[in-house]
Amino acid sequence: MLSRTEVNVILFFVILFVALGIFSPNFLDLFNLVNLTRQISLYAIIAVGETLVMTLGGIDLSVGSVLALAGVLSAIFRLSLGNLAIVMAIGVGVACGLANGFLVSKLRINPFIVTLGMLNIARGIVLVITKGFPIPIYEGSIITLGQGSFFSVPYLFLFMLGVGILGIFLLGRTTYGNYVKAIGSNESAAWAMGIDVQRIKITTYTISGLLSGLAGVLLAGRLSAGQANAGIGWELDVIAAVIIGGTSLAGGEGSVLGTLFGAALLGIIRNGLVLFGVSMYWQTIVIGLILVGGVALGTLRELRG
Amino acid sequence: MEGLLMKKNTPLLEVKNIVKRFGGVYALRGASLKLFPQEVLALLGDNGAGKSTMIKIISGYLQPDEGEIFFEGKKVVFSSPAHARSMGIETVYQDLALFGVLDVTTNLFMGRERHRLGVLQKKAMEKETLSILNKLKTTIKSIHQKVKFLSGGQQHAVAIGRSVYVGGTPKVIIMDEPTAGLGVEESQKVLELIKQLKEKDISVILISHNLEHVFCVADRIVVLRSGEVVGERLVSETNQSEVVHMMMGVNC
Repeated sequence: MLSRTEVNVILFFVILFVALGIFSPNFLDLFNLVNLTRQISLYAIIAVGETLVMTLGGIDLSVGSVLALAGVLSAIFRLSLGNLAIVMAIGVGVACGLANGFLVSKLRINPFIVTLGMLNIARGIVLVITKGFPIPIYEGSIITLGQGSFFSVPYLFLFMLGVGILGIFLLGRTTYGNYVKAIGSNESAAWAMGIDVQRIKITTYTISGLLSGLAGVLLAGRLSAGQANAGIGWELDVIAAVIIGGTSLAGGEGSVLGTLFGAALLGIIRNGLVLFGVSMYWQTIVIGLILVGGVALGTLRELRG
Repeated sequence: MEGLLMKKNTPLLEVKNIVKRFGGVYALRGASLKLFPQEVLALLGDNGAGKSTMIKIISGYLQPDEGEIFFEGKKVVFSSPAHARSMGIETVYQDLALFGVLDVTTNLFMGRERHRLGVLQKKAMEKETLSILNKLKTTIKSIHQKVKFLSGGQQHAVAIGRSVYVGGTPKVIIMDEPTAGLGVEESQKVLELIKQLKEKDISVILISHNLEHVFCVADRIVVLRSGEVVGERLVSETNQSEVVHMMMGVNC
């Protein structure tokens, strides 16, 4: 069963999709759609992890930097390690997430501070390694993953689908998902009910790190390079997608399905604005308005009961 | 005093010389108590006497700095509420420890989900929820309602139902102010339930500021003052004014 917020964001997406299809001659162009799908998929994969973290009552600001770190490392180690470089890069994402989770749960440091720190540290390491230059990837499975497709359906989209379905299942159908919501809703009560709060927190931040790492490798493949400046500012777009999708910033309530459509919605709004020749600056303003407007509508509805 | 304790044979739960400090402040300074099978024990004391700290230690929510706990004759160290719950000690916390944005079923089964390999068996839990709500005789309309939208009495029912009916029969139920904020009729329901628990061979530790409720259901009273046990009486051998004197430490 879908919640009202989920229905709203899906409906909004469909309406916008149809409208763009009618009013913009290039929107339904296969090239445009495939390109759009690739862009949305990368955001969405990270946003699934962010949804879990935010439902837990936390936040992960480090996703964009961890993505860049994983991408750069996959590009560097591809030559010596081959496909193992993919595993290693994602493993570094896992390690970053693990570190976030450890600091948040064991040392009880505010997640905003911890992940803001990780944002800076991971980005700093990327810049130290690359000195700001892109590390090119000419061939191999990273390229295939990032650029290939299955009958015009990009692999990136299939990854997003897989991650999305797994996320929906985890949050909605498992004891783990229950505990994430419980901690986000009332942490001390979760402890009182016998839930291993620290383990659930560490697991959740680790999942977020893993998905950032995965997205980093895929993005490097898509761009044919490990880019030092990849993913700058992504954390904010990802959080926007999660919130538009109906996940509460206060924790306890989250929807992975909503997040997927939230990411898709932001993606096609951007795309539509580009197709209509609206300047980059105005795009940012529109995204901001939609974020605040969407949340305001949700709050109004809640207040009316 | 010793004769009074010997009246029933072996204690189900015994707490010995518990000390608990928060920073430099003593919440408990060597408090001991016993809970016997099929007994309703009332824990009384003024605000700050250490009642809540004591029950949080018994429920595994807090760990004592010093002292020992014996359960069913064996020494135990409750490292977490999960541990105490697994041994049959349930707690209804004063703040109810509910999850406001989650629905009734999820609240009832939190930490005790029916699942297969971590996958929730929602249908089974929803079915059980209906039968639990039936036993509690509540007016909750839908099991899909978020708990924060329930009335105070309904929230109490969920918190109590969770401890009593989910996950096998508990051996001890601790209730911290279970009638606080409830109306007359709802309070009566809770007191009635406590009597039923006793008949089912479940012991109850009750904290309440309402002495009438205490005298209505409790068998024995232990009075705490400034973190120490200052008195103990069988309900049948005392009265409200004596208990108040013990709580205040003065004759008025």
